[in-house]
Formats: sequence, structure tokens, C-alpha cells
Amino acid sequence: MARVVVNVPKQARRGEVIEIRTLAGHDMETGFRHTQDGERIARDIITRFTCRYNGVEVFRAELHPAMAANPLISFSTVALESGTLEFSWTGDRGYAATHSAALSVV
Amino acid sequence: MNLRASRLLLVLALAACAGGGPPSAERRSGYLDMGRETQAMQDDDAVNPATLWVLDGEALWRRKAGAAGRACADCHRDLRGAAARHPAYDDAAGRLVNLEQRINQCRTARQQAPALAYESRELLALTAYVARQSRGLPIAVEDSARTRPFLEAGRAAYARRQGQLDLACAQCHDQRAGGRLAGVVIPQGHPTGYPLYRLEWQGLGSLHRRLRNCTIGVRAEPYAPGSPEYVELEMYLMWRARGMALETPAVRP
Repeated sequence: MARVVVNVPKQARRGEVIEIRTLAGHDMETGFRHTQDGERIARDIITRFTCRYNGVEVFRAELHPAMAANPLISFSTVALESGTLEFSWTGDRGYAATHSAALSVV
Repeated sequence: MNLRASRLLLVLALAACAGGGPPSAERRSGYLDMGRETQAMQDDDAVNPATLWVLDGEALWRRKAGAAGRACADCHRDLRGAAARHPAYDDAAGRLVNLEQRINQCRTARQQAPALAYESRELLALTAYVARQSRGLPIAVEDSARTRPFLEAGRAAYARRQGQLDLACAQCHDQRAGGRLAGVVIPQGHPTGYPLYRLEWQGLGSLHRRLRNCTIGVRAEPYAPGSPEYVELEMYLMWRARGMALETPAVRP
């Protein structure tokens, strides 16, 4: 189950800096661990996160094996116009999650 | 105050400590010993990683399951207060059941669905969702003639030295609470926030998983999660924390 929690203010003033917080449910298996039988556990992590604001990329992060499980990514952007924020997470083994949130700028 | 009166007070204070846990004014949730960042993580549902489980639990709560084709939500509007009352005495079973076991009882008897495995993601999610409804309520397990034998068994287990290190729970969590084990503050051990997200686990876990941790820590053989021994200990710990507010789902380092 690809579960994400995204926190975006519903409304903002034009020019205001808004804080966006995202949480994605993922085990973030590093690829460095071994089973009791000595077999390596394959890497399974989220590798990329992007946020597009009305189609324009405003934030991107590349994730690496040292990241904690269920990564929390918090960032800010400037509220320019009403529209949607689209979030996307992609990773190993075809992991993909998306979420969109509406923002109204007054 | 004369000497006799102060001696009497000392005796009373010691009696209160022996087996009763710290007096209510001195009971201290592990929350208070955490760093500010970890506290902030628990306080805000938007960044509390346990929210991922709570949301899964809410979906399970609404989903029809089993041969009866019923969802939890079909019978229960909410279960506010349930987590504060468990473990509770179950008449049919003639023993204590904790919240996880109560949920499974309802699943097998009413929904006619297979029981969820202890510590499985589904059971943790459902338990977290149900316990979340009691957040802020004071812990109030039943202290009566029928629950007392279990409570006393739990109290005895808490005070019993065990494992290769020959340590009892009470030695750390009563006598040395507030001190340090390596760099970490020893908590009083109140189960106020289970199931909780432990940063060390990188996931949600039950109280029994935590008890297993401690049991292995003193190099004793752990009981199985959901075993009567751990439920009795859970009962004693909840009684010992009576009156404290539930924090579920808590975050701990």
C-alpha cells in the first residue's frame, strides 16, 4: 500500500512563503543488510521526490540508502497563483506514489 | 515536624513506592525526556509517522470483512475510552484480554474473519486507530476482585529478577528511573502511547514488542507477544500508570 500524507495550507496570500510537509510510507531497505543465511537483502528505497506547482517543478530531492524509513520531506515555496501542487515519489521495484493538493491564493 | 511523624511519612512513602509505582504527582511520561524535535514529531499528526498506520487502520475499520460481511464501523460509531480500559476482564474467556486481543475477538466472533497475527501491520494499524480515539483520556483499568489476581501476577513479574543479568523491571524503572543507562535517561516505563512509533524500529510496534526488547536486554527468554504473562505485566503497568493521559500514537527514540 503506497500511503502518503501531505500537509499543504489550503489558502495563502499572494507572495507568502508556505511550508509543505510530506510523509511517505516506505521501509527504505538500504541494500546493505543480510539475512540470517547471509543473503543480501536487495535495495528497496524511494530514489526521487518531486513537487510541481501548476506544472512547474518547484522542489526535487534525490534520496539515498541512508534515509530513514517513512521519509519526511519538508520544504517551502512562494504562493504565486491558485492551482494544484502535484507530488510524486518514485523508487526501486517500480515504487510510485502520487498526490495532489489544491492551493487557493488570495 | 517531629522525628516520629517524619519517620511515619517515610514509611508511607516507601509503602507507596513498593509495587504501587511512583506517586501520581511524580509519574512522568517518557515524552518529557525526549528531545524537542521528537516531541514535535509526536505532537503534529502531519509529521508523526504513526499517522501512516492510523490512516491504514481507518481504512480497515471501514472495510467489510469476514463471512458476516460487516465492518467495525457498522457496529461501532467509535471506541473512545476503550484503549484506556484495556487490558480488561473477559467473562467468556475467564481471563484478561488486551486491546489487540479484543479486536481479534471481535473479528473472529462477530465478523467471522480470521484473526490478525499479533504485531502484523494490519493489527497494529487497527489498534493504533482505535487507541487514537482515546488520546488524552486518563488510563483507568479495572481494579476489582476479578482482575486483581492478574494484576498481582503482573506486579510479581515486574518485581522478579530474571535473565543472565538477574535484573527486575523495578530495579531500573522504579529504583533508577531518571538516572542514565549509557547516555539515555531511564524512563519510569509507563505504557501511555502504545502502539507507538519508535525511531529505533523505524516503524510502529506494540507494548509486547517493547517488553520483548527489555526481556532480551536482561538476557532472559522472552514470552510470545500476546501471551498471558505479557498481558498480566501490561495490566500491572497500566494500573501503575493509572490517571496518566493516553498519547497514542506516541513517538519514542
